[in-house]
Amino acid sequence: MSENVEVKTLVIDGQEASARRGQTILEVARENNINIPTLCHLEGLSDVGACRLCLVEIAGSNKLLPACVATVSEGMEVSTNTERLAKHRRTILELLFAERNHICSVCVANGHCELQSLGQSQGLTHVRLPYRNPELTVDASHERFTLDHNRCILCTRCVRVCAEIEGAHVWDVMGRGINSMVITDLNDDWGNSSCTRCGKCVQVCPTGALFDKSQIGSEHPKHPDFLPYLNLMREAQ
Amino acid sequence: MSKLKLATVWLDGCSGCHMSFLDMDERLLALAELVDVVYSPLVDTKRFPDEVDIALVEGAVASVDDEKKIKKIRAHTKTLVAIGDCAVAGNVPSMRNPIGPEAILNRAYIENASAQQQIPCVVVPRLLQVVRPIHEFVKVDVFLPGCPPSADTFHTALTALATGVPLDISALTRFGA
Amino acid sequence: MNLDELELIARSVRQENAAYDYELNVCMDLACASQGAEMLREALIATGDTSGKKVLVRRTGCMGPCSSGPMVRVDPDDTLYGHVHADHAEKILSSLGNEPVAVLQCDLNEHFDKQVRVVLENAGHIDPEKIDDYIARDGYKALLTALTEMTPNGVVHRITESGLRGRGGGGYPTGLKWGTVAKAGGDVKYIVCNGDEGDPGAFMDRSVMEGDPHRIIEGMAIAGYAVGASKGFMYVRAEYPVAVARLTTALREARRRGLLGSNLCGTTFNFDVEIRLGAGAFVCGEETALIASIEGKRGTPKPRPPYPAVSGLWGKPTLINNVETFANIAPIVRNGGKWFANMGSERSKGTKVFALTGKIANTGLVEVPMGIKLREIIEVIGGGVPNGHTFKAVQTGGPSGGCIPAEMLDLGVSYDALLKVGSIMGSGGMIVMDDTSCMVNVARFFVEFCMTESCGKCIPCRAGTAQMYKLLTRICDGSGTMDDLSLLEELCVTVKETSLCGLGMTAPNPVLSTLKYFRNEYVDHIVHKRCTAGVCNIKAPAEVLA
Repeated sequence: MSENVEVKTLVIDGQEASARRGQTILEVARENNINIPTLCHLEGLSDVGACRLCLVEIAGSNKLLPACVATVSEGMEVSTNTERLAKHRRTILELLFAERNHICSVCVANGHCELQSLGQSQGLTHVRLPYRNPELTVDASHERFTLDHNRCILCTRCVRVCAEIEGAHVWDVMGRGINSMVITDLNDDWGNSSCTRCGKCVQVCPTGALFDKSQIGSEHPKHPDFLPYLNLMREAQ
Repeated sequence: MSKLKLATVWLDGCSGCHMSFLDMDERLLALAELVDVVYSPLVDTKRFPDEVDIALVEGAVASVDDEKKIKKIRAHTKTLVAIGDCAVAGNVPSMRNPIGPEAILNRAYIENASAQQQIPCVVVPRLLQVVRPIHEFVKVDVFLPGCPPSADTFHTALTALATGVPLDISALTRFGA
Repeated sequence: MNLDELELIARSVRQENAAYDYELNVCMDLACASQGAEMLREALIATGDTSGKKVLVRRTGCMGPCSSGPMVRVDPDDTLYGHVHADHAEKILSSLGNEPVAVLQCDLNEHFDKQVRVVLENAGHIDPEKIDDYIARDGYKALLTALTEMTPNGVVHRITESGLRGRGGGGYPTGLKWGTVAKAGGDVKYIVCNGDEGDPGAFMDRSVMEGDPHRIIEGMAIAGYAVGASKGFMYVRAEYPVAVARLTTALREARRRGLLGSNLCGTTFNFDVEIRLGAGAFVCGEETALIASIEGKRGTPKPRPPYPAVSGLWGKPTLINNVETFANIAPIVRNGGKWFANMGSERSKGTKVFALTGKIANTGLVEVPMGIKLREIIEVIGGGVPNGHTFKAVQTGGPSGGCIPAEMLDLGVSYDALLKVGSIMGSGGMIVMDDTSCMVNVARFFVEFCMTESCGKCIPCRAGTAQMYKLLTRICDGSGTMDDLSLLEELCVTVKETSLCGLGMTAPNPVLSTLKYFRNEYVDHIVHKRCTAGVCNIKAPAEVLA
């Protein structure tokens, strides 16, 4: 270990932990088996701090920090599971469930969906907010995959994996606010886009928004865990 | 001790929740020791009783008829339980919401009908513009998501409600379960 | 260009001007221009040529009281005319040397007496397209003085001493920000001027950019010298074409005069500015989104830290200040930090420009010392609520601000005081509302604005503002319930506490502040199905189901 590695000590949920300088709160928490819920974060991709589920409380500050991007500091006291955070997390999940048409029972990702399991683990039994019921399209123009906007939560994992790992940058986001949409190329059909058909976006999609056509009607677990390994192998080269 | 009065109601759903309820099989006998079923599509009562302890409501509110029913049920029920994703979240019936009832009725009764093309307007209740979960109309005391909630979920939840034991719903079921 | 040459230009301009008997300053800002100021100016020139009097007709930037436009000020008499049109030209010309034209004269003494003009000191006095006009009023003196007589540290110290705080809304101490960028490592640093003014009803920055563009360029150049940057970006929204044109001209003229470019004033300091246009996104006023936009990316904010002062434009240390902040720099360098710190209140120094709009007699731009009571701004400077209506609330800080009720009008305007009552200073929008405004509807308007302008990156802002809008719409049309109200309040807290950037964090302010001070209006809509202001179209109660 090089000399300039500085070790920080901090407390997470009453548990003492040590960390390297520059590590995020999320990394250190997971190393210590402390679970912080995440949705837009995915190991192996850059972090955007967009879903706000990983917000944590820091003693002495009223401001909530996203654990995926906030780095540790000496003597920091982090709380990851307070009543205030639980309330915010449930509300954020409610916002997602009400935003588009997430009908779990008829979703290809039912049983393998990160949004669905987060709802359960955060104790969400119903959505108090009015459902928005937007009219959204499904792009089935690609020969292997389908994009269902009804299930998209705009986590932008597909955008990042395509740009950062595949290097194709086929995916991006269009529009503003509640009208934001993921698009391929300049809003062309996926089937007619510059897609390399690698399928990484499908594997990292946390919901049923991106799926493999051959898996319709069967179990469709996603396997995003190839990313850290792939990154490691690339670095080793 | 007198038994609790249990009602089960079927609004806009597929009856799958009721089937799952029946899937409790032999455990229904033990449950019958705790509750009396006073109103249900499974029994022959026509009128919703004045006083019900627990009402299990399956299905979303999709028509003016559903809306009338749920308000009446609420007025005569101590503990109202929304069972299944339709009652809890709208689920499959709510999939028509983005396009509206007119488009759906047209497709079903005009475009796809080979004979007698007409949208039914007598006897059947008028559809609401938007299908909504029941808690958007009345106060709901307990939510049991799932499509359908499993027989185990029903058994644990009902036993807990009948005996006053605290209930952790998220440990039992989830949306789409 | 050095200080002596600068003085030479200034003197020759003053001499030139002295050759005229009268100066007719015509306000050509948007409000006046849209009412025929250009035709008026042409008429004045044409009439002036034939009158035999030595008259200089000058187009100027915004004079302030837009509701009295088109405006003409006659100097040296300092006679102010309002609602002037082309056919009045002859009357005005023939009055020179005699009694002023009484029917056109505006009585705005009270309006101007309470104001203190620092940022707007040149407004109405210079032709924004003439650099020499600016130089004649001590323009660029501060830059050249800083370059030749002060160390970069000395400049930062002077700004710190002045107590100037960011005028874009946040109120971060400017000296501290400059010091951070100055200390940041690396050879390449950037200066960015945030001219993405987007608050509804706010036009302070536009008026400065259009009326006195060199003041901003000078401020940016001084900042470049102080922090060690040689490149500046001016981010202006494309909806301000006049500002863009004036700035482009100003940059060209400054380069020609040797006030931008290489080896300024014979020193080793280089500085130039490039204009970048925004594409109409409100969120690009947020500094990290603005940086992304300049880099050519989708304008969405990033979590901070790292702050732009450490890692900004293309990862380099970047100093971002708002237009009005930069506009304060030259006078501070010229007159000293203490001079500035003597104005204003304990923790908010100097002056602030406000755009007064809404139900108020004198709409327009005003510049007041910090700490002045809201009542003075509204009742004296603004001339109060017109047409016999009564004042209800004033909204400060645009869509991110709150509504302040009548009983709080004796509040002194400062960053901290406004925050305390649930609003913010913001960039300086000030919208006055009277008894014909429904506060629920007002809240809904601002939430709709934030909903449309949310970038969509983080969930609480993207979906939260949309849900807030939905719930507020229910309340406005009479179908809301008390449950909806408590849900709305809960949602406001989540959006405020969990959003990624300032847009989302402040979006609930209009709702929270109206709920705090005008809760009865919400209850009126929900329980009594009544909108006392008569704004909301409340539907008849839904058919009662048996």
